Amino acid sequence: MTITKATTHITQNESLVFERSQTGRRGYLLPALDVDETPLDELLPAELRRDDLEGVPELSEPDVVRHFTRISTWNYNIDLGLYPLGSCTMKYNSRLNERVARIQGFASLHPLAPEEDAQGALEVMYELQQHLAEITGLPGISLQPAAGAHGEMTGVMMIRSFLDARDGQAEGGAARRNVMLIPDSAHGTNPASAHLSGFSVKTIRSTPEGLTDLEHLRELCASGDVAGLMLTNPNTCGIFERNIKEICRHIHEAGGLVYMDGANMNALVGVARPGDMGVDVIHLNLHKTFSTPHGGGGPGSGPCCCTAELEPFLPVPRVVINRGENDNPRFALDYARPQSIGRVKAFYGNFGMHLRALAYILTHGNTGLREATEAAVLNARFISHGLADTFDKPFDSPPMHEVLFTDKRQTRKGVHTLDIAKRLIDYGFHPMTIYFPLIVQGAMLIEPTESVGRAELQQFIDAMKEIAREAVEDADTVLNAPHTTRIGRLDEAAAARKPVLRWRPAEKATGA
Amino acid sequence: MRYIPNSPEERQEMLRGLGLGSAEELFDSIPADIILSEPLRTPAALSEIELLERFETLAAKNTAARRPSFLGAGAYTHYAPTIIDSLIQRSEFFTAYTPYQPEISQGTLQAIFEFQTMVCQLTGMDVANASMYDGSTAMAEAVLMAERVTRRTRVLVSGAVHPEYMRVAETYVAHAGIELKRLEVDEETGRTSLDTAMLDASVAAVVIQSPNFFGCVEELKSFADEVHAAGALLVVVVTESASFGLLRSPGACGADIVVAEGQSFGVPLSFGGPYVGLFATREKYARQIPGRLVGVAYDKEGRRGFVLTLATREQHIRREKATSNICTNEGLIALAVTIYMTTMGRRGIQEVAAQCAQKTAYARRRIAALEGYTLPCSAPIFNEFVVRAPVEAGGLLRRLATRDNVTGGLALSRYFPERPNDFLVCVTETNKRADIDALVAGLKQS
Amino acid sequence: MANVPEGLYYSKDHEWLKVEGDAGTVGITDHAQSSLGDVVYVELPKAGETFAAHDTFGSVESVKAVSELFLPVACVVVEVNDSLTDEPEKVNTDPYGDGWMLKVRLSGRGEVDSLLSAAEYEDYLKTNVEQ
Repeated sequence: MTITKATTHITQNESLVFERSQTGRRGYLLPALDVDETPLDELLPAELRRDDLEGVPELSEPDVVRHFTRISTWNYNIDLGLYPLGSCTMKYNSRLNERVARIQGFASLHPLAPEEDAQGALEVMYELQQHLAEITGLPGISLQPAAGAHGEMTGVMMIRSFLDARDGQAEGGAARRNVMLIPDSAHGTNPASAHLSGFSVKTIRSTPEGLTDLEHLRELCASGDVAGLMLTNPNTCGIFERNIKEICRHIHEAGGLVYMDGANMNALVGVARPGDMGVDVIHLNLHKTFSTPHGGGGPGSGPCCCTAELEPFLPVPRVVINRGENDNPRFALDYARPQSIGRVKAFYGNFGMHLRALAYILTHGNTGLREATEAAVLNARFISHGLADTFDKPFDSPPMHEVLFTDKRQTRKGVHTLDIAKRLIDYGFHPMTIYFPLIVQGAMLIEPTESVGRAELQQFIDAMKEIAREAVEDADTVLNAPHTTRIGRLDEAAAARKPVLRWRPAEKATGA
Repeated sequence: MRYIPNSPEERQEMLRGLGLGSAEELFDSIPADIILSEPLRTPAALSEIELLERFETLAAKNTAARRPSFLGAGAYTHYAPTIIDSLIQRSEFFTAYTPYQPEISQGTLQAIFEFQTMVCQLTGMDVANASMYDGSTAMAEAVLMAERVTRRTRVLVSGAVHPEYMRVAETYVAHAGIELKRLEVDEETGRTSLDTAMLDASVAAVVIQSPNFFGCVEELKSFADEVHAAGALLVVVVTESASFGLLRSPGACGADIVVAEGQSFGVPLSFGGPYVGLFATREKYARQIPGRLVGVAYDKEGRRGFVLTLATREQHIRREKATSNICTNEGLIALAVTIYMTTMGRRGIQEVAAQCAQKTAYARRRIAALEGYTLPCSAPIFNEFVVRAPVEAGGLLRRLATRDNVTGGLALSRYFPERPNDFLVCVTETNKRADIDALVAGLKQS
Repeated sequence: MANVPEGLYYSKDHEWLKVEGDAGTVGITDHAQSSLGDVVYVELPKAGETFAAHDTFGSVESVKAVSELFLPVACVVVEVNDSLTDEPEKVNTDPYGDGWMLKVRLSGRGEVDSLLSAAEYEDYLKTNVEQ
């Protein structure tokens, strides 16, 4: 039997806004101009003005609401269900935090308002700094970086400046220590950030256990030009680097510093602190660990936390507290930091995210923060246990907050990680992170977070087992997945060969 | 903790099922000497009622948020249609990840494609990316890109670029082997003066902000001709995106890269962020652009969809050789900007710009007529201008705030200590005539 | 099993070289194109550029990977296959024919002898790659 639809479902075939546009429609009304109008030619000569905004759409307000509502329904999202992207920490985004960020006294505050008229905002930043220092065990904090990679760049540049100050600039301005060690399992932003900071990258191998190869680390350290190490812990295989103290000691003895990528801090908050492990500088992802919404690709926030030794190198301005008359605290922006790497962003960072992260910390309280960590690790362990007999697990070590499998047992019938991921969509789940870390062939990295209940975890496990069964008995169903979405797999090769990166009027003819 | 679905009892059962005696055992792979032995010294949990009270109290200390304001300088107060915030709060948008799985991320992908298109239309360029962190980092990335394209290492930056943008660029290039040189600003006009002797074969790009930090509209066309003759790129920076509605587009003036701060388009001030950087360039440089790009793709049935494309430029593939280290950008803010541009539309964006210009002209006339006050820059302006006061500007603005309850602008001494009496005034469509009159009356009294 | 035609020279970086007098043609092997997947972009040098053996002369991209291209021998580039700009898929469909990348003038014959024959390259693939 075939089902014939009476009409093409209108909400599933929403055009581009440009294709919807009708000349003369409007979605706004401004107050009438309340000053005497000056002829435009007197304000600006014609050669400095534009004639029109050719192509920008014209729509009524209901058109706009329908358009964005319809296309929104084509997105999977955390509120809909499990979003187990490894190393992404897709946890519940509290509505309360959204409300906090929209309080008028914060939302309408101009960044260049005089400090005395923005004391509440500065206090929020100062308090968040205090809590992040306690959570990481690292006392120096800057909230300025706008995302994880930005925090990485900040931290690595601080290492550069610290070494230059300590060792002095070599002849000709070229710094002496130039090698940043990065494990082969690292996120791509690590080497990219190291490169931006003028380092050359050397790759450290991983052991068969999925840990940093200490032997190789020693070898590389012996070369004498090691500036530092960028390490994710727990690493991107979801395993805690149990030799972390020894690793840090080696790097320090070799004269370098240790940078930790904080992407996986959801495994550690309230349980262990990077500062106690010997780490010198770390960035946090407020949009991961501290639940600020990911927003389909940002905004993020990537605070940088460091030792007292590195603190002088943090970006300016710093938010500081001064005690005024009657011991009243007065919060201030401190620019007088001669050793600072400078600014990494205009103003003070993604303040709206700082508010949400502080609300997260205060809502959880100190015991709740640890509770969330325990629940996150427990959930990952539950999946690890549930799928252990079905999927290949490249490493034996018990996982922390995320668990790594591969497609090794499924490839015999031609089913690969990508196919498993696409088939999961048909079961109502967002796929896990795939083909990362790069050191494991056919990697599937699953991070459930604490925000999912036991029954749904079990449903996910059941779906994965069912797919494994299909991979053997009915491989085509898996290879052609997804079957339930409004579009199928897209031809990404054709898209990259002849990129169409914007709409143009000529395209209208082919539009839906 | 109410955000954790599994109850303590359920968690106990799960632990038992895994053969574990307690939650502590989950962390057995962490050496005992680095396990925290006591709870974090962060505060105890607050209920929703207590939390809101706490933040309301803090917000109330931000007295500047309640006053009529003439502050601009990189962050602007504009009308934002209500539907923007209501739409971006849909779960489907704000709780989604980066669209790595296109079949279930078409909403985000299509919106980014629309964003890219509208950024091209505004700037007069061929291609735009999915967003940068903000205007300042977008400018720094443009400088790095100019070096990649030209393989030249000197970049001339106008002295009328936002000072904080300049600081950010200095940080970004500190280890990139790029030298930034400052171009003088003509005191009389307030415009950048390009010393052609500096335009030699080592120059990768000339960076010009327009309207510039002092509000003056630059003559981009004449810069473009000279810059191109020297084989360099013209990078145009825009901090006030509302100006796109009135000013000739940078693309039409010959720009090679255009970067802008998109905050004016429906994004709250929020004490400086999150904002969104716009980044656009010519087609031939598409493979040198930093950040994410969305393109059209088709499935087997020929249905149109959208995917992240040209990803080989990016860090997750090219690692240290990537065009940028950026990963997470400002997706939701880019969506807000897209909804703003769609709602205001072709005419609304132009009407906002026209109202800004008209109200600014009114404010200028009134202030220029005050005894002792002058407007030192002669070049045409859009909606910001420098006022020279007869007294020290910082104290003057303080008096306005406390006595007249108006934030009168930004004392330029914050960035230029040698200009104690100058301040920058910004007027937008949200400033009523009565507010402008109150500002003028306040200035007159001071 | 990858196609490895007789009569060409091969490098361990999976480039092939066809030699006719002091003229050479360079491309990537069938094994290389198949491991890369759908080729979407090929970046090549300009005619007239000079390279030493093992120099990077460009890169080839698939949707989710990028590989650098290495010259098997020292040479001067005489001609570049510009058609790959519009039709990079030729590298997949005909790696030894229409998917050629460079025509070069060899700077010397010496290095050619150190390259692999078809049989040696097949052995190399068997022992090092196709385990």
